[in-house]
Parts: sequence; structure tokens; C-alpha cells
Amino acid sequence: MKVTVIDSGLCNLRSVCGALDHLGAEVAVTDRPAGVQAARALVLPGVGAFADGMDRLAARGLDKAVGDAAARGVPVLGICLGMQMLFDESEEFGRHAGLGLIPGRVVRLPGADVQGAPQRVPHIGWQALVPAAQGPGFGSAALEGAAGQEFYFIHSYAAEPAAGYRLADCVYGGRRVCAAAARGRVLGVQFHPEKSGPAGLLLLGRWLKLCAD
Amino acid sequence: MQTALPKKVRLIARLDVKGQNLVKGIQYEGLRKLGDPNAFARRYYEQGIDEILYLDTVASLYGRNNLSDIVQRTVEEVYIPVCVGGGLRSVADVRRALAAGADKVAVNTAALKRPELITEIATAFGSQCMVLSVQAKRSRTWPGKWEAYYDNGRAHSGYDAVEWAKRGAALGAGEILLTSVDAEGLQRGMDLDLVRAVTAAVEVPVICAGGAGSGADLAAAALAGADAVACASVLHYGKETVAQLKQDLRDNGVEVRT
Repeated sequence: MKVTVIDSGLCNLRSVCGALDHLGAEVAVTDRPAGVQAARALVLPGVGAFADGMDRLAARGLDKAVGDAAARGVPVLGICLGMQMLFDESEEFGRHAGLGLIPGRVVRLPGADVQGAPQRVPHIGWQALVPAAQGPGFGSAALEGAAGQEFYFIHSYAAEPAAGYRLADCVYGGRRVCAAAARGRVLGVQFHPEKSGPAGLLLLGRWLKLCAD
Repeated sequence: MQTALPKKVRLIARLDVKGQNLVKGIQYEGLRKLGDPNAFARRYYEQGIDEILYLDTVASLYGRNNLSDIVQRTVEEVYIPVCVGGGLRSVADVRRALAAGADKVAVNTAALKRPELITEIATAFGSQCMVLSVQAKRSRTWPGKWEAYYDNGRAHSGYDAVEWAKRGAALGAGEILLTSVDAEGLQRGMDLDLVRAVTAAVEVPVICAGGAGSGADLAAAALAGADAVACASVLHYGKETVAQLKQDLRDNGVEVRT
């Protein structure tokens, strides 16, 4: 399976490329719209701030290229900030527009848990996935078997998908936090599957297989 | 009063590296060579460790970090977060560490010398990437307080360690790596007063290191407020396995990843 990883110039691509390569994928890295246009499956990784990530995509014309690819039905996997950028907008450092590929917005994690006690932000750690709205579809198929498995999260903001797009949550501070969302073949995961040990590799392997079908 | 919500604590293997070797000392002195760091990292990964922390022990003395090759090899077979520290002085140094495959960097000496570096790194790569390493030693001059040290506990900064951790978080550090210089390597338990003081003072997660000789020691730090606990000697010398430490943590009422 051929996969194209989008390089927005921000993050450690070695981990995600290494994990995909380990799973037998043929990995290409691109920072150009032409590379995105030629892709059969896309991975959008990312760390850092939302506006900076979007600016970096826009500066290279990658935002439009990713949107066009998604419209053609090319599978897109957004990871961490890459997932957040799939949504309509984020409130991180002011209001900023995202790619608009999954309806919903991105909000800051609260500084207190449900009981009102202070909770750590960023949320860093391994959390079990809880199914949110299972149903038939590409995203649900990719997450098959992942419920109850623990994945590595590191984030200060989280997506609030519109009704019908939420796939799985994790529980932090007694609240459900969106862990995965999808619309068609566009899938976003808040956690890092490439950093989540065997459970993460299994999930990536399942996604690759779905992309090949 | 409601009981606090359970939280899952991360167990981190700390690997101090000198040249191409895993080393371990006591209170940062008398380093012993233990072998190939990659082999240790791989073993801990297979045993279920939650994170790997590499520290170049001599880097800040020589002003360079030599971990890139080791990190590159590690991330080819270890699919969990890797943090790298030691001798990182600039945004360019951090970029190199990330390019080698690190997910986060731990910075101590350079941040004490120029605190704006914390903000520069957080701005360039995100707060989640910027771990402020605080080496705290009980102060003789300020009773009940700790002073921040650097150059592996050799040099003192004049900063109150708790205040420094707070300031670091305000400047953009997304996590604090707190090491007790007094307890480090002794395997007689962590400095729980220090753990309580720092975890109460900051809003970001705190990794506590230095002094763990058993799962019970790690559990005590977790119950005192640590969000993650790091250990070295107790694993390196084969005294305990990761699975045993996690079981000990659970037995002491601390939730950990399965």
C-alpha cells in the first residue's frame, strides 16, 4: 500500500513514517500540492499550535490540495493536531478556520475535572478508547477492536465533532474527550497511534488495509 | 469530601547515556557502564514501559548532544514516546533532536542560563515538546526549600526550584521533569516533600525522578502527586521488571497502563 505523509515542516515525521514502513507500507513524504494530488492515501500528522499548522499548510497550498483529495474519496488520516485541523475551526489563541472536512470545532481542555479539582493541561498519558457512536463506515472499521485498548495522548485542545461524526472518546478528569472522529474516508485521531505500542500499530495496520481495499 | 478521581500514572524508563553506553551513577557521580542503550530501551518497550527518557550525561559539560544516532535506532523499533535531554542549547539543537525521532526534549542548563529559550522552543514546536528539567537539591540556606541545580547536579543556579518550575511552565514548558539530586541513584525512595511542593505549584504534568528503589517508592511519589514516575537503577540492574513495577504500583492503589 502506498501512503503519502504530509510534511508541514513542524514535527517529527520519523515516527509516523517509521511505523507505516514497519507495517509494510510504501511511504512517500511530500510538502507540495502535486504530491498530495498523486496520493492514494494521506496521513496528516502535526504537533504545535493550530493557527501555525494551518498557516504552514496554506503557505504551500496544501490545505486546498488535502480538501480536493478528500472530496475525491482519498482516505485521509489526521493525527493529533492533524486531526484537529480537519475540523471547521479552533479557539486556540483566537478563532481560526480549519480544513472543514469534519463538522465541529476544537476547544481547550478544562483546567478542572468534573469534581472541580484542578486537572493537568496538557493531558499527557495513555487512555482507553470508549466507543462513542459506532456504526458502519470507514472510520468505525478502522477502529474495530480498538475499544478498551490504551493509546498515547498529548494535547491541550480537543475536538467537539457535530452530532454523528464522533467515533470514540477517552475519559479524562471524569469527562469524555473526543479521541476519534470521521466523515466518510476522512478519519481523525487525537492520540498518536505511531506512539501507542502494539495497539497503535494494529490500528494503523487496519487503516492501511482499508485504504488498499 | 469526594475522593479524587483516579488518574493513570506513566512509568518512564530513564536511560543516562555517556558516549555510546548506558551508564548509571549515584547522585550523578561515579558513572558505571551498563551496555548498549538501544538493547535496554527495546527490552523495556517489550516489557510495556510507557515512555523512554534519554539523557546525555556529559553533553552539557562539552556543549553538545550525541544522542541522535541512538535515538534514530531506538525509534525504528520502539513505538512509544521518546524524550531526549542533555546539552540542548538552541532551537536548532531541538530541531536536530526531533529530526532524529525524539518527540520531546528536556532542557535544564540552557534554560537556566537563558529562560527565553523555553518560550522559543514552545513557540517553534509546541509546549508538548518542551519539557523543563529541574534538578532540585535541598537548600542549606533556605530551610524547607530546594535550589535548582544544573550540569548534572554540580552547579547551583540561585533559583528556588519550585519557583523555577512555576516560571518555566508560565514561559511555555508543557511538562516538568523533576529530579531530586539528593535522592538520585540511592534507591532509598523519592523526595516526597519535593514532589508535593512542585506538583501543587504547577498546572502542567510533572514527571518525578530520582531515588526509586522499588515499585512502592514509585507509588509513594504517584500518590504524592506525580503524574509520571521515572526510574533507572531499579530496572537497569535487573532488580525489577516493568511488569513487576506496574503490579506494585497497582497494588499500592496507583492506576497504570496495562
